[in-house]
Amino acid sequence: MSQSVNDFSVTIATVNGSGSQSANNILMRTIFKMGVPVSGKNLFPSNIAGLPTWFSIRACQKGYVGRKPFSDIVIAMNKETLVTDFSYLREGGLFIYNSGLKIEPSELPQNYDILAIDFNELCKEVTTSIQLKKLLVNMIYVGVLTEILNIPEEVVAQTIEHQFKGKESVYEINKKAVHVGRNYVKENLNEKSWSFKVEKRDLTQDKILIDGNTSGALGFVYAGCSFASWYPITPSSSLAESFEEFCNQMRVTSDGQKHFSMIQAEDELSAISMVAGAGWAGSRAMTTTSGPGISLMSEAIGLMYFAEIPGVIWDVQRMGPSTGLPTRTSQGDILAAARCSHGDTQHPLFFPSTPKECFEFANLAFDLSEKAQTPVFVLSDLDLGMNFWMSDRFEYSDKPFERGKVLRKEDLEKIQKFARYADVDGDGIPYRTLPGTEHDLAAYFTRGTGHTPEAKYSEDPVNYQDLMNRLDKKWETIKAMVPAPVIKEGKSNKKGYVYFGSTDLIVEELVHLTGEADVSLMRLKAYPFHQDVKKFIADHDEVVVIEQNQQGQMTELLRGEFPQLAQKIFCETNCDGMPLSPELVAEKLKNRGNYVH
Amino acid sequence: MSINEIGLDRKSYMGGKSTLCSGCGHDSITNHLISAFYKSSINPHKVAKLSGIGCSSKTPTYFMSQSAGFNSLHGRMAPLATGAKMANRELKVVGISGDGDSASIGLGGFCHLLRRNVPMVYIVENNGVYGLTKGQFSATADQGSSRKTGEINTYSSIDLCSLAIEMGCGFVARSFSGDAKQLVPLLRAAMEYEGTAFIDIISPCVTFANHPGSTKSYDAVKERKFQLQSLGFIEPKEEISVDYEGSTLVELHDGSKLALTKLDGHNHNVHDPQDAMRVLIEARQQNEFATGLFYFDKGLTNLIQDERLAHRPLCDLQEEELKPTKEQLEGVMERFA
Repeated sequence: MSQSVNDFSVTIATVNGSGSQSANNILMRTIFKMGVPVSGKNLFPSNIAGLPTWFSIRACQKGYVGRKPFSDIVIAMNKETLVTDFSYLREGGLFIYNSGLKIEPSELPQNYDILAIDFNELCKEVTTSIQLKKLLVNMIYVGVLTEILNIPEEVVAQTIEHQFKGKESVYEINKKAVHVGRNYVKENLNEKSWSFKVEKRDLTQDKILIDGNTSGALGFVYAGCSFASWYPITPSSSLAESFEEFCNQMRVTSDGQKHFSMIQAEDELSAISMVAGAGWAGSRAMTTTSGPGISLMSEAIGLMYFAEIPGVIWDVQRMGPSTGLPTRTSQGDILAAARCSHGDTQHPLFFPSTPKECFEFANLAFDLSEKAQTPVFVLSDLDLGMNFWMSDRFEYSDKPFERGKVLRKEDLEKIQKFARYADVDGDGIPYRTLPGTEHDLAAYFTRGTGHTPEAKYSEDPVNYQDLMNRLDKKWETIKAMVPAPVIKEGKSNKKGYVYFGSTDLIVEELVHLTGEADVSLMRLKAYPFHQDVKKFIADHDEVVVIEQNQQGQMTELLRGEFPQLAQKIFCETNCDGMPLSPELVAEKLKNRGNYVH
Repeated sequence: MSINEIGLDRKSYMGGKSTLCSGCGHDSITNHLISAFYKSSINPHKVAKLSGIGCSSKTPTYFMSQSAGFNSLHGRMAPLATGAKMANRELKVVGISGDGDSASIGLGGFCHLLRRNVPMVYIVENNGVYGLTKGQFSATADQGSSRKTGEINTYSSIDLCSLAIEMGCGFVARSFSGDAKQLVPLLRAAMEYEGTAFIDIISPCVTFANHPGSTKSYDAVKERKFQLQSLGFIEPKEEISVDYEGSTLVELHDGSKLALTKLDGHNHNVHDPQDAMRVLIEARQQNEFATGLFYFDKGLTNLIQDERLAHRPLCDLQEEELKPTKEQLEGVMERFA
């Protein structure tokens, strides 16, 4: 049997709430510690305990981390799904199931390698505690699989120690469970040969394994965000919670004063309103949410746009419409965010593609939001936000925060007149003062109603039109403030693929699979579109926008922005809630044929 | 010209011209606010006036034009004020809301602000109708009262003071827009209270709720209102005059005091929430408006204390205070390696 080295995927089927998460994490990190690139995806139900959940790990020394439609190895630990779990397995793959569950898989085709192991029986060797058995049974499969994969036991032990740092009794018993699993393989299956193995490489040195939500949270800490308000919603909650955790570690003075404030609001209406209040008063303020939250926040976002108040909204997108699928990924909030709120509004959007960009974009978003005095969205998604990705380490930036045009007391002393909404610099961006500034010129009245440059209420049509025109001018200014797309020119100018967000994580493999060596690539980082975006489209015969939504929302924005180029902008979408699979997208792209007019 | 302790005259506390209907109760409240801020010598630069949407919410433009103001969204004054206060704890926040704004569309935000005990003065200018949309019932309209059109309100009304006590508010009062003697001391005390000081002010709408079937018309209020106490505000350095002999003195956080002199045999304990509820329920059963300070608790911790918020305002913190070090970042990276 031929053996595949450092190139396989594993799916583990368990029940949610069974404690399998830490076992899966250890398995994934062990492979990472072997120097082999790896990614991990949690496919979980919108439920706390008792429903099926799957964790998929992909190890690939070429660095491909996208989802495989079929796994090479399936470990079936869930009674409810045991009979069907082998449908996730590719032909010829290895199926390991817990025979202790007293349920046999239904008719198995011939071309599978099947191992029936009574994990419950093995667990008796580890502990007599019923409570612990439930958790440790998961560590036994870690033992079984790492033995099969030929990973040295000490590497697993190191990972366990790293995971449970400082809790010696915890890691000893976990190591014991791993050992029992490994021993079982050694004693009972020593004559078998395996199709997969892990060999030591040095491809993960200086890398980290992290999810986008944790990365964004850390980004906000380093971006100087001092106020956050949020309402719990999957899949964004872990970002808010990590932010608070990091702040408690790094933003508390030695005498216990907190250099941040974090309020769990009563609903999203209040969460964004608190952000508006704090942004108005001069804090870098943010909220984290997902699609339904954006819908509820839209009124206040319109107020922030019109009253010109900074603030960052981090949206970890999930499947819509409506409640949709709370635990499935999507890029479906693009239009809702770009035009969030009634009347004529438009908002800058950032599209982080990697954990490192999640870290960096927190500050970019605040810089833009404060410079332009307008709310800014960061559109992450569940796949990027909650799954584990290999990433370069985040770099500390010495660059000072850009706090925009704020007039302090000293500044006011030098001027004769202050008008809050006057376009002094001709860039559409006015100057602001903060409440509490001790100067007679400082105070002004903020409102969501029509207002003059002096911030007085006005219904005057000329004034209103001027105000709307100035906001348009500001939008033009913002276009020069957003980051340029990442472009990789192909050998010809025939075709370009346009993509954004978490799609980046599969693109390299995707292009490899389509075999289109001459295709150009453009990754969008932000909206409004940078001037290079237009140039890229103009330079190619056709561009295909790859999107994770139903209607091609980015395509619509691009066509609207560049109507003269609209007929060569096409889109290929996927909207099933699953992270993009390079194989499946490659198929779609190959089948779409040539659309050039 | 008389000036206050910080050298400002009363005019310095005024704002733009009111555009409300002539005779509106809200304009009287504006006037009492000006008096209270002036008398208490509060620096207008350090005041933030926030409101929601509605007639009452227009009023922050009519006083203290030297203070930052924010006429925000319908029902969202509470969370906006919370965010502003947390970002700059030195701001003296006064929130002006109405019965539509706080008892209907913003009821959730109102309750949760009280639960958190955000340090601010929270005023509801309560007239029982939606004035700006021409006289629909609000949630504080009494059951059985009628609209100008004759329509009868069949729903039970929300009593914001009872609700505030239930939500844990430590300063709960009701007054009447026309009663300067009661309202000005209440407002001055509220400004010194280090938590949410809630005052429900019955403020008749001359255009849509001043007819015989309304229970919040000028006539109805005059007829049905009674005072629990007469009130006097005593500044920290002020001697307590003999007038207050036998009065209950409620001490505020800055050392000033509110003297409560019992009236008409109303024997209620301002420190007992049950007694406060009794007064409110009894008055309601008898179709009366009880006014005065219902409940006072100085012992509560507020949101700033609960959050262990930095002593300096968050908005004044410098980059080096907000941004952890490079070494700390490397330490975090190690956890994920």
